[in-house]
Amino acid sequence: MSDSLQAPVFDISRRRFIKAVGVGGVFAVSTQLLSPTHVFAAIGGTSLTTSQAVNLFVALTKDGTVEITCHRSDMGQHIRTAIGQIIADEMEADWERVRIVQALGDPRYGDQNTDGSRSIRYNFDRLRRLGASVRQMLAVAGGQHWGVPAGECVVANHKISHTKTGRQLDFQDVVNRLMTVEIPQDAAITLKARDQWRYINTGMASVDMDDLINGRAVFGADVRLADTKVAVVARPPVVLGKVKSFDASAALAIPGVLKVIAIPVPTAPLVYQPLGGIAVIATNTWAAIQGRNALKIIWDSGVNGSYDSREYQQRLEQKAREPGRVIRSQGDINAGLAAATTRLDAEYYVPHLSHAPMEPPVATARMTSTGVQVWAATQNPQADQAEVSRMLGLQPAQVEVHVTLLGGAFGRKSKPDFSSEAAYLAQQSGFTIRLQWTREDDIQHDFYHTVSAQKLSAGLDDQGKILAFRHRTVFPSIGALFSAGTTNPSAGELSQGFSDSPISAPNLQLEVGEAQAHVRIGWLRSVNNIHHCFAIQSFIAEMAAAAQRDPKDYLLEVIGPARLLEFEGMSEPYPNYGETLTRYPYDTGRLAHVIRLAAASAGWGRTLPRGSGLGIAAHRSFLTYVATVVELNVSSSGELTIPKVWMAIDAGTVVNTDTVVNQCQGGAVFGLSCALHAGITLQNGAVEQTNYHDYAVSRMNEAPPIIEVQVVASDALPAGVGEPPTPPFAPALCNAIYAATGKRIRQLPIGNQLRT
Amino acid sequence: MINLNINGQSIEYMGDPQTPLLWVLRDELDLTGTKYGCGIAQCGACTVHVNGTAQRACALPVAAAENQPIVTIEGLSVDGDHPLQTAWKDIQVPQCGFCQPGQIMQAAALLASNAGPTDAEIDTAMSGNICRCGTYPRIRAAIKSVAGASS
Ligand code: FES
Ligand code: FES
Repeated sequence: MSDSLQAPVFDISRRRFIKAVGVGGVFAVSTQLLSPTHVFAAIGGTSLTTSQAVNLFVALTKDGTVEITCHRSDMGQHIRTAIGQIIADEMEADWERVRIVQALGDPRYGDQNTDGSRSIRYNFDRLRRLGASVRQMLAVAGGQHWGVPAGECVVANHKISHTKTGRQLDFQDVVNRLMTVEIPQDAAITLKARDQWRYINTGMASVDMDDLINGRAVFGADVRLADTKVAVVARPPVVLGKVKSFDASAALAIPGVLKVIAIPVPTAPLVYQPLGGIAVIATNTWAAIQGRNALKIIWDSGVNGSYDSREYQQRLEQKAREPGRVIRSQGDINAGLAAATTRLDAEYYVPHLSHAPMEPPVATARMTSTGVQVWAATQNPQADQAEVSRMLGLQPAQVEVHVTLLGGAFGRKSKPDFSSEAAYLAQQSGFTIRLQWTREDDIQHDFYHTVSAQKLSAGLDDQGKILAFRHRTVFPSIGALFSAGTTNPSAGELSQGFSDSPISAPNLQLEVGEAQAHVRIGWLRSVNNIHHCFAIQSFIAEMAAAAQRDPKDYLLEVIGPARLLEFEGMSEPYPNYGETLTRYPYDTGRLAHVIRLAAASAGWGRTLPRGSGLGIAAHRSFLTYVATVVELNVSSSGELTIPKVWMAIDAGTVVNTDTVVNQCQGGAVFGLSCALHAGITLQNGAVEQTNYHDYAVSRMNEAPPIIEVQVVASDALPAGVGEPPTPPFAPALCNAIYAATGKRIRQLPIGNQLRT
Repeated sequence: MINLNINGQSIEYMGDPQTPLLWVLRDELDLTGTKYGCGIAQCGACTVHVNGTAQRACALPVAAAENQPIVTIEGLSVDGDHPLQTAWKDIQVPQCGFCQPGQIMQAAALLASNAGPTDAEIDTAMSGNICRCGTYPRIRAAIKSVAGASS
């Protein structure tokens, strides 16, 4: 085979977790400034057991190249670029001489769980400090070189200058000297002023751009190790089901099929355990798929075998009609509703959703003399270490996890069942195994977005003002994945667009009902905000219509005057995405601001032709404020077109302005998929959808051609970006449908509801 | 034995002639730029050029591609400098990037046959290619920037 046909092999030699400094001419900055209180306080649940541990975020090679380690997973949010921007900026590195290195999974980095839209929130300050400390050390090294005080040296753009004499050194000239320079104390670190930023708060291109467009980027399935076999698994169609009996003779007769191995049956709670089933191992993917199809398996459905999502929907809806556990209460809800001139009640339903990332789950594993190596498209390599070590009977430290690029993830790939399958099969077979999920596997065995029924009630006075607001939500909890039988959502789940309701009403009550989980419930891009925001933002427009008011003006009125919400009357404290309300307040002024911005750019209030309409919705999630305006047209036959969308986002300080825009556009399209098509249904406990033809996601012909995004310039603390753009899209769309047609959508997906 | 012509190279393939071209590219030739996303011609992640037209490699038995010029993303340009790739960079189209080789191959086939497509023609040509990250507005803008430049 000629060279031009060789796809690049994943560079497995570049192991970056080097504990010592100064290995092989590479200078590595270890720093004690990452003290437990300073860095890890905000990272709930992670204990830094060895505060003296070396954290390798920055290294200099002999030629002066700065190697910056990215410890978070990149799934399209370009965190590898953003982390590079932060550190390179503060240490005054020349971007052309920066290389990003992907970290292995290791608790010494602190939290690596790349979900919750928090990579920048968790790391902005600590990485700026880390970069700044290197800049100060470079000044000291320069000073030592010339025998002048460090204070006379200025570090800028990969050069150290002696201001008095104009002499200059390149970073590469001080690599060896730098190794002996003391790390500055935390208090002695000076950050650059905002107006001195070179890279932070700019829209620089992804460091992986070239690879992403020329086919060389290494995703999970692109890892190439010597002599790798491919495994495909037949999993129980029903969660907690198992194999009763199986016949593998036809599978083993297929050329290329090598082995058939049973995967152990998991026990509840499932957490991230593989689902069990039968694996077919073959010399190539096609043979493995053929072999899997040829297996004859008789399944035992188990406890979830009678789950029927249509019947379950009715139960959830019934539950939402009954009083639930009170989560937040202000005033007297019954008196408020009774005193109203106009009473509104509406029920909303959002089905299970599947992540369906473009790249299905995939991992490669091989046993070594000391443990196992795993290459995975994982959002959370430390979870891979934990789950794989459990599965194989090893210690987490014996599991070396390499993180590839992720072909989308949306929360799916923070659950490492697929790595565990790969590692188990490597252990049992002795082969190096690439474990490939097919698209059918992905759609049918996901950790689904929950399913929810909600009932909202409002009482308006004779002026149309809100007197009373009651919101009931019922949905099975993610908690059931970790603690079998959990039927009550956690305060965290409820905080996502429910208990943090911005509605300002004298009488308000929020209630939750219990629900059993019958599938693996996971978190999917913006999680519970999806259904809560859909219901609330639709219902506010319903109230506006009842009051005969403009929906945007009414939305602003219902949110009330600019203030910091204090969440009075809560049954348990408001979690606020793990932050205090002092650091990250819920500022209704910022919410109103994005509403005004999006409305203004959309030309809110203009007259549109028949069948066209504008809809607006706004939401705070992951500490970020987003407003979305959708313009749409509905044809006489019920065909939808969306000529344009306007969004405004206030995420506090942002690192990469273009990434924020791209994430907003993508989040809107993701919301569009949820609204128009997506819905997982189950019968006899098994998922009915299989692939993109029956689990449809939005395609170019229905996506808005233009999504205009305004990013609010802010110096507030950085907040989330990946998830917040999604929740307001579906209600903005449905509010636009109402404006265009007078039809109110209360159940997703929209599907055929508009067809005439 | 099947004779293949891939990115200008001659290859002899000895395996099952019914194997989809996708798996020959990925598993036998390590040409991993062509992606698996669905396996049933629903997503376009596996798009390659066969005889100059865009084809879903996941649904094309390798035998059906015998003796026809096949171009994958690795062979589209020498240095990743096809005008569409340049536009993709300028507009910063990719998010995760997984769908983008397929999108670029699809768009390249479109422009090769129609240098100045209308919006509707772009929709028709590109709607077989899913981007779950939702980069459609940028893909459209990138295609139009190239189409505009050459027309
Ligand atoms: S993998 Fe071929 S079209 Fe999806
Ligand atoms: S960029 Fe991720 S699927 Fe298109």
